[in-house]
Amino acid sequence: MVELVIFVLMGAGTLAGGVTVVLARNPVRSALGLLGALVSLAVIYVVNLAHLVAAVQVVVYAGAVLTLFLFVIMFIGVDRQEDTSETIPLQRKLVAGLATVVALGGAVLVSRGRFTWTPASGEAAEIPNGTVQALGGELFTTWVLGVEVTALLLTIAAVGAIALAFHRRSAESPTED
Amino acid sequence: MDWVDLLFVAARVVGVFALLVVLTIVNIWLERKIVADMQNRVGPARAGPWGILQTIADGVKLFFKEQVTPRKVDLGAYLLAPFLAVVPAFLIFMMVPLGPGLEIAGRQVPLQGADLNIGILFILAMSSMAVYAVVLAGWSSGSKYPLLGGVRATAQAISYEAAMGLAMVAVVMFSATAPGAENGTLSLAEIVERQSGTWSGTVAFLDPVVGLIPRWYVFPQVVAFVIFFLAAVAETNRAPFDLVEAEQELVGGFHTEYSGIRFAMFFLAEYINILSMCAIAATLFFGGWNGPTWEGIVPGWVSAVLPVVWLMLKSYVLVVAFFWIRATLPRLRYDQLMTLGWKRLIPASMLWLVISTVVIGFRQFGLPFIG
Repeated sequence: MVELVIFVLMGAGTLAGGVTVVLARNPVRSALGLLGALVSLAVIYVVNLAHLVAAVQVVVYAGAVLTLFLFVIMFIGVDRQEDTSETIPLQRKLVAGLATVVALGGAVLVSRGRFTWTPASGEAAEIPNGTVQALGGELFTTWVLGVEVTALLLTIAAVGAIALAFHRRSAESPTED
Repeated sequence: MDWVDLLFVAARVVGVFALLVVLTIVNIWLERKIVADMQNRVGPARAGPWGILQTIADGVKLFFKEQVTPRKVDLGAYLLAPFLAVVPAFLIFMMVPLGPGLEIAGRQVPLQGADLNIGILFILAMSSMAVYAVVLAGWSSGSKYPLLGGVRATAQAISYEAAMGLAMVAVVMFSATAPGAENGTLSLAEIVERQSGTWSGTVAFLDPVVGLIPRWYVFPQVVAFVIFFLAAVAETNRAPFDLVEAEQELVGGFHTEYSGIRFAMFFLAEYINILSMCAIAATLFFGGWNGPTWEGIVPGWVSAVLPVVWLMLKSYVLVVAFFWIRATLPRLRYDQLMTLGWKRLIPASMLWLVISTVVIGFRQFGLPFIG
């Protein structure tokens, strides 16, 4: 029962955050809406005993990525007028159609009984898949190649970003640096 | 979980909150006294003995002051920001284990707000949430100087969080070397328990010496401790890293437009954060509540209280170091702050992480290729 209440509250919070992201006039408001959506989602993860996923969600997305968003928004200037002309043709109609399809699909799935409400019960220890130890073991034994390749990819991306930034700067002012 | 358990949980939460408020009152007075002594001043001396009631007087005054709301503020965010500052600060301290736990009426009651198995990640998550308060306060005030403070806060938080996280990772990995442990742990209560006892049995030929040294992680992880402490000073926006509220250039920084109790909440959050960071440093590196309890020699209630006393003593050594740094060092320039973060602390913490990984690996699995 408690779980259902939290789910409804946090689900509403997530939806409200998402709607704010789209509808807010001010980009800082949009970023705040995204923050609300991310945190509400993290609470839903906690209710499902996925503590690690929740913490990672808050650390990575709310903590790092969104702070970066806010930094860029404030750096560029918060009060600048936005260009609100829509470049994708039929944008609004496409969104409305997609929303209808998703809502209809959800309604069909619920009505045919494909969703059941299974409350998470007991301690987190009974479901070891979500713990740090279990996840770390999996990542560094079964999936070690994928982890290492991803690490390499991220390193290349970081080096590329630095190279691009320095390339442009030295082209503008060849005497500096 | 019946209602008695719920009562204990509520008591723990309320207890931690009360402790934090009382200690904040003491800390503000302590800082003013220490800084005054270092600058050959008297400091607060009028209210109560040694001026100890000064903070309460200030708090009451701030409660009843008019709260000025400038016309250009973005009201929602402006009102939200002080709460966003206090809540994460409070939640971080919930993670600190204050003692080994008591047995009351046949129930085991841990002396900790909450023991999560991801405690350290939770601390990092909450300290990254704390920056939103500063950013929102700066932006929503609708004024130049707070906005500058807010932009500075974002950059600073991102830079120093990375170094702090990496320093914590080194400790987590090192906790895997505890006797009988299979892997590292992110639970703070567990990390404290793994620091009990002495280093006896780790370095064979030095055993008479290391057998006397407590098993605190500061000895093998001293580099991680230094990085963590520097990052903690920067995370709490304290001098010499207080560019967010640099009085000489930004009036008051992000809280320029706040007054009355809203301003007091930012102040409260800052001092709670100082205490939490010091308590976490004491927990990760100085053995937390570990210490002699002299069970059987002193009365039972004394041995029960002593762990809390040890933790507080260790924390307060670091808190005084915070005040000492503030009274001594001039503020960094913005580019110096970024250079220290990105070019010194983060590479240093990564290098230290690699070194400790290699050493832990050799001790655990032996040298490669020879057996």
